[in-house]
Amino acid sequence: MAKRIDVSGLSAYYGAVRAIEDISLTVEPRTVTAFIGPSGCGKSTVLRTLNRMHEVIPGARVEGKVMLDDVDLYGAGIDPVAVRRTIGMVFQRPNPFPTMSIYENVAAGLRLNGIKARGDMDGIVEQSLRGANLWNEVKDRLNKPGMGLSGGQQQRLCIARAIAVSPDVLLMDEPCSALDPISTLAIEDLIAQLKNEYTIVIVTHNMQQAARVSDRTAFFNIEGTGKPGKLIEIDDTPRIFANPSQRATEDYITGRFG
Amino acid sequence: MSLSHPSPVRKAKNSAAYVLVVLAFVVAIIPLVSILWTVIVKGAKDFNGEFLSHSMRNVAEQDPNGGAYHAILGTLEQVGIAVVITVPLSLMAAIFLVEYGRGRLAQWVTFFVDVMMGLPSIVAGLFVLSFWILGLGFKVSGFAASLALTILMLPIAIRSTEEMLKLVSPALREASYALGVPKWRTITKVVLPTALPGIVTGMMLGVARILGETAPVLLLVGVSESINPNPFANPQGSLPLFVFSEAQNSLQTAINRGWAAALTLIILVMLLNLIARLIAWWKAPAAAR
Repeated sequence: MAKRIDVSGLSAYYGAVRAIEDISLTVEPRTVTAFIGPSGCGKSTVLRTLNRMHEVIPGARVEGKVMLDDVDLYGAGIDPVAVRRTIGMVFQRPNPFPTMSIYENVAAGLRLNGIKARGDMDGIVEQSLRGANLWNEVKDRLNKPGMGLSGGQQQRLCIARAIAVSPDVLLMDEPCSALDPISTLAIEDLIAQLKNEYTIVIVTHNMQQAARVSDRTAFFNIEGTGKPGKLIEIDDTPRIFANPSQRATEDYITGRFG
Repeated sequence: MSLSHPSPVRKAKNSAAYVLVVLAFVVAIIPLVSILWTVIVKGAKDFNGEFLSHSMRNVAEQDPNGGAYHAILGTLEQVGIAVVITVPLSLMAAIFLVEYGRGRLAQWVTFFVDVMMGLPSIVAGLFVLSFWILGLGFKVSGFAASLALTILMLPIAIRSTEEMLKLVSPALREASYALGVPKWRTITKVVLPTALPGIVTGMMLGVARILGETAPVLLLVGVSESINPNPFANPQGSLPLFVFSEAQNSLQTAINRGWAAALTLIILVMLLNLIARLIAWWKAPAAAR
């Protein structure tokens, strides 16, 4: 189920502005890769190009290749909507659907795509909630509104919703930045469990989190305002934090800028 | 800078401002209360079961009998048809403006909707008169009035629906796209249900406006004393028109009927308002209840 991602020569544009330039990296299946870098360096943009969410913004486009196993996601005839069904995303602020209950939220990915899964929906919802470590807390109130949960629980609900459609890859855009430390810890433990089944890419502003949670880390940087973001270095997490090969990486990690 | 209690001067200013605000509120409320009171007191004389269930057929103006049933039925049908046409049209227009429109077409649509907002109701009536009746050759009917009422309700409905759709957080649309849900389904299953209470309220505002429109109906619905349940043929009664014609009469019997009809109109508006609130409450995102 988990797949490998190969990015080569990826550049993304918002209209005429080039946001990221010539990104090439590989994400192995069943690993966690962290994207770190200062604000505005394009790490969220790179993340969004992986599931073609970048295109939702009018005037946005992409050059280069993103391969999921052996399929070019930007190839001719590839449906971006179908791509997003295989590559799930969790956002910075938890965004459960307010008109739906907890059960309906988890089932949303399937129901909104017209997948009935008749008798099995209960099973899928339970499995997804268990997978997101939320089942025990909500099993008695599945029909209550999704918005009635705490921030950390809402984020785990969004993760359950994302994994209910059985994606190959899970993208997480600063999933813990709106949460308190206890909830953050819960989500980080969850990521450690989820990586056994999914390929995970996480953008984080928090370097310590990247060090705790990821197997590989990619450092992005930007030369100045108006310049495109670039990939400076990608390596195994222990090595990049202990012994980075680029000066800029070392400066960022030791806190000289960012 | 002193940390002690505010000076007497500040306190005096505070009290003065408070009194002024309360006074302004009272002054604003007085006309409203006064109208309601007058209508209830004067309308209650003739407002009874007979009034609500009989028409003016074979009733002379000096007769104290007769009622507004034909007018109530006419207005309900005319407004009903207008709503049936306006709701889907305005929903689609608003969805286009918010979700899809980016270029010149959207700008033109917004401009024309704004122009239509200020359209005097008599002009809407004149337009339908010249186009539908004189131009296309149809006769006066309830449906002709519905067309004019549609023109009057559309801009309000489009504008308020547009505002409600814009209020739906972009994060919700993103969440839906990220699940691989196509755009049209995101709109129908996520955006619209979330905006529904606000949209219903907006529609009801539109209905409340057209319920009492007299000018276009005057031109388009003809004169009818009897009950005509068919809005597509022949003149039909209309409640605001009934109020107008009875109130102009010098006989007290007619004037009483006019007041009773006015009371009926206000009650209708209030009922619709209540129903709208009920629908909005029922459909509200469960957490908001």
